[in-house]
Formats: sequence, structure tokens, C-alpha cells
Amino acid sequence: MKTYGFDGDAPQLSGQRKVTSVYVYEAPLRLWHWITVLSIIVLSVTGYFIGKPLPSVPGEATFNYVMGYIRFAHFTAGYILAVGLLGRLYWAFVGNHHAREIILVPVWDKQWWKEFFFEIRWYLFLERYPKKYIGHNPVGQIAMASFLWITLFMCVTGFALYGEGTGAGSWAHSAFGWVIGAFGSSLDVHNWHRLAMWGIVLFVMVHVYAAIREDIMSKQSMISTMVSGFRMFKD
Amino acid sequence: METFYNVMRRQGVTRRSFLKFCSLTATSLGLSSAFVPKIAHALETKPRVPVIWLHGLECTCCTESFIRSAHPLAKDAILSMISLDYDDTIMAAAGHQAEAILEEIQQKYKGNYIVAVEGNPPLNEDGMFCFPGGEPFVEKLKRISKDAKALIAWGSCASWGCVQAAKPNPTRATPVHQVILDKPVIKVPGCPPIPEVMAAVITYMVTFDRIPELDRQGRPKMFYGQRIHDKCYRRPHFDAGQFVEHWDDEGARKGYCLYKVGCKGPTTYNACSTVRWNEGVSWPVQSGHGCLGCSEDGFWDKGSFYDRVTGIPQFGIEANADAIGLTAAGGVGAAIAAHAAVSALKSTALKKQDLKPVETTQAEDK
Repeated sequence: MKTYGFDGDAPQLSGQRKVTSVYVYEAPLRLWHWITVLSIIVLSVTGYFIGKPLPSVPGEATFNYVMGYIRFAHFTAGYILAVGLLGRLYWAFVGNHHAREIILVPVWDKQWWKEFFFEIRWYLFLERYPKKYIGHNPVGQIAMASFLWITLFMCVTGFALYGEGTGAGSWAHSAFGWVIGAFGSSLDVHNWHRLAMWGIVLFVMVHVYAAIREDIMSKQSMISTMVSGFRMFKD
Repeated sequence: METFYNVMRRQGVTRRSFLKFCSLTATSLGLSSAFVPKIAHALETKPRVPVIWLHGLECTCCTESFIRSAHPLAKDAILSMISLDYDDTIMAAAGHQAEAILEEIQQKYKGNYIVAVEGNPPLNEDGMFCFPGGEPFVEKLKRISKDAKALIAWGSCASWGCVQAAKPNPTRATPVHQVILDKPVIKVPGCPPIPEVMAAVITYMVTFDRIPELDRQGRPKMFYGQRIHDKCYRRPHFDAGQFVEHWDDEGARKGYCLYKVGCKGPTTYNACSTVRWNEGVSWPVQSGHGCLGCSEDGFWDKGSFYDRVTGIPQFGIEANADAIGLTAAGGVGAAIAAHAAVSALKSTALKKQDLKPVETTQAEDK
């Protein structure tokens, strides 16, 4: 029977030889991950201060450009995040099969759901030993897929808001101006964009915690895997 | 058929005043001086387009605003030049006499007149909440619009619903474009709209005999193409990061940006920051108060006028993105801490056990 994860020891190759290290994440994918990390940090911090600005600066307006720089950083990081997202989607087509597992989640597969609930039980301390996955476990797949959708939402609403500033005729206004109308008003788009930012913050909290915890508890590498690309199985 | 020019001359307007009006109109529409002779020519040759002005569920602030238009003067633009044939609020005729005029225009100018709607029709109880001249307004609106060339939705009432459509909207006040589906509806939102904008829109339509270019939400691009924020004279303070923090602070006296006290300029499409009000005397931000966003859809139901991060109606009262986000982050943070603690305890417990029993279970698995 086809399974996604496996129990107990490290994966076996056909020759029954133990493999302790598997190449999972290719270089472009790792690069995307860390670029996204940096963009999100910049975007969240600057975005927070665009909605709730820092205390006023003294002096003449001519010699200050605080909001200007903050917004510039936000827009630049937004562009980088969006280009990264496009690159990531492209890599889903040309990369190895792990590059697809967070985009094409096999929700039609019974076995996948079985393992999804197994993972839920593992996280609720109801299973004593975790299953091992070379890529993502089913719960991780769902989390990552949700993250991609939120990021897509952020890019769409973000460029819609950006297009308001660049004005009619700009590419952002032409491509994403319809979003403002779809939400009813610009203020709604602002509010939802901010709410989704908090959604990403929650994701990052859970994501980082889960990575560190799995690194320790499930005896397989997590954090170093996103640096080197290799997943180690430590038993 | 009588042209605009004929009517104007009959009203005692000199040729000189007529040309002045043409150039003012061109300027207010954002057209170059090359358009002045075109406007003059159009007014000289085209038959005048009658305008019917209907009043639904509204407060008449649009009319109050409109009659104060300075460029072009409403008195010139509408009352004498362009034929505002029916407006039950400001017309001299009353009662059956007035309604007879309405009937006459509809028959005589079938398919050629413009209906300007101020206010909106309430649909609940068969429209009984607005009942002018012994007829539900929704029926009057449908009856008159049937033979119209186009409709103008004056103000936020006709465009979006405005305060009478505020939750829970007991009368089911409904914007015009959701009731009249088969005619072009030009939205001129604002509460009220800027008089010069109203006069210019109506002048454009009767002069060029076409609808001004509209944006995605049906508003004339020439006046609603940019946000208040984009042309605000306080914008340099926004970019510099200089804000009014409280109503009585130094920043307020120095005329800093009103963003932090809830100015909706960055999310509001209107021409206030360029055209201004009362013949260009002032406008809300200039007088020291943030924009309320009165020309935006739903501005009446979007939480405080004095906050930038406002309520999200779907989440109930006083729930804004930050409140929801911080609460959720706190919850998830606590959950993570608890989970980590249990994980650590479990892990130590297992390690102790793992000295022997693990191997047996592992063996069983295989």
C-alpha cells in the first residue's frame, strides 16, 4: 500500500541499506525560503508601522522622510516576496517532487487523511512515536499550503493598494485595481491586508516552533535541512 | 429644436459671458483651452438636454451643495442655461402643475433626457418609507428612468446607500444602480458631493452628449481618479512622518498630517484636496479635521472616524485587525508555550522508559 510517511527507522532503499541522509530541498527552493523569511520580517514590521506610524519626528518636513522610507522598504520587500512566490510556483513544475507537496496536497486520498489524523494525534501527545517524512508531514503540508494562499492574498491585496498610489495607468492599478471594488472600498482592503498579516505572524510562530520541536523530538533534521537541503535521520 | 445657446441668449446672457462659461467649464473638466471652442460649438448647435432631478430618501444636502457651485455658477449652468426642467425641491411650480411638467418631458423628450437622482429608494414595505406625490419613490424612479438616456446618482445616498442604509437598514434603502439595471448610472458620491464637481459632471453630459469616462466603480475618472491623500497639501508631513497625535498638540497647530487621528484621505476617492469647498475657501483637512471618507462605499458602517485601523464588520463591534491579530497571537503563543512544556516533560519521561521498553515496541513494529 502506498504510504506517505514511514515508521521507525530511516528509509530503506531496495538494497536494505540504511540511508541516514536524503536530499530533499533543492537550492532554488531553499533560497526562496530564506528570501521569503527576510521579506516577511521586513513587510510585517514596516506594514505594522504604516498602519500605526511611529511617533512624530521633529524638524521640517523637507528634511525628514520616515514614512517615505518605511513605505519604500515595504513596497520593495513586497515586490521581492511576490517575485519569489512566482519563482516558487515555477519551481513546483520543474523541481523535484518535494517542491510540489505543499502546492498539490492530496486531499482526495484516504491514506493521506489517515496520516493527517495520525500527525494530529502525535501533536496532541496521543501517539508515542512520530512517523517520519522525507518532506512535509500532512499537517505541515496543510499549514504550508495555507501559508501560500495567504501570501498570494497578501500579494493581490498589496498590489491593489500599491496601485492606488501609483494611480490609473500603472501596471498595479490595471492588474489589481479590481480588488478595491471587489472588497467595496479601499479601507476594507487595508483592514483585510492587515488582518492577513497577523495570520502570517501566527503561521510563523507555529512554523518556527514546530520546526524546532520536530528537530528535537522526532529525531530528524528540520532547520539544517532548509540550509543544506539534506534531511538527516538520527537513528 | 432650441439649442443651449438660444436659451441662454433668451435668458439675457451675453456672448461674452457665454464664452467665459465655456472656458470655465473646460477648466473645471480638466480640458485644455483647445476644448473651449468645441464646448461653445456644442452649446450653439446641440439641442438642449432636459434634466429631471428626483428626490428620494435623502437630506437635500446635494441640492444645497449644488446651488452653491461657483465654477460654473449653478445659476448659470443649470437654472438658466441647461434646462433643469423638474426638481421638486427648488422649482417654482408645485403640486399637479409640477407633475404635469414631469409627464410632459417624459413624452416630449423620450430617450433624450437625463435623470439626476438625489437620495435612494427604500424597498421595504413596497417602498412605503418614501412617498412623494402619492407614489412610492421606487415606482416614480422606475417610471421616469424608463425613458431616460442616462442617470446620475447624486451623493453617497444614490451611489452607495449612505446613512439611511446603515445597519440594519430598516427601510432597505438601496442605491440607484441596484434598482435601475438597464440604464447607465453615473455615480457622483460624497455627502454631499462637491458643487463644482456636480455642475461639471452635468455640464459635461449635456454639452458633449456622452457619459464622462468612468472608473471601475462607475464614478467619473476626472474627479474620482485619485485619493484625497494623493493631492493633500499635508502629504509632505505624512511622508516625513509628522503626525497630529492629539487634537491639541503642537503637531495640530503646525498643520501636520491627520493620519493618526483617523483621516480617511488615503482610502477616499474624491476631489476635495484639489477643488476644495465654498469657492475654494477650505476643506475638511485644511480646517484641521481628518477626512471621514464620505464618498466611499460603506463609510457609515466602518467603525471610528478617528482610527486608521478600523473595525471589520464581519467580526462584530470594535474588532479590528490588530485586536484580532494580537489576541490570536497571544493565544497561539500561550498554546505553543504549553505544548513545548508538555513536549519536554513527555520527552524526559520517554527517555527514561526508552532505556528498555522502546526496543520491544520497535521490534513489534517490525
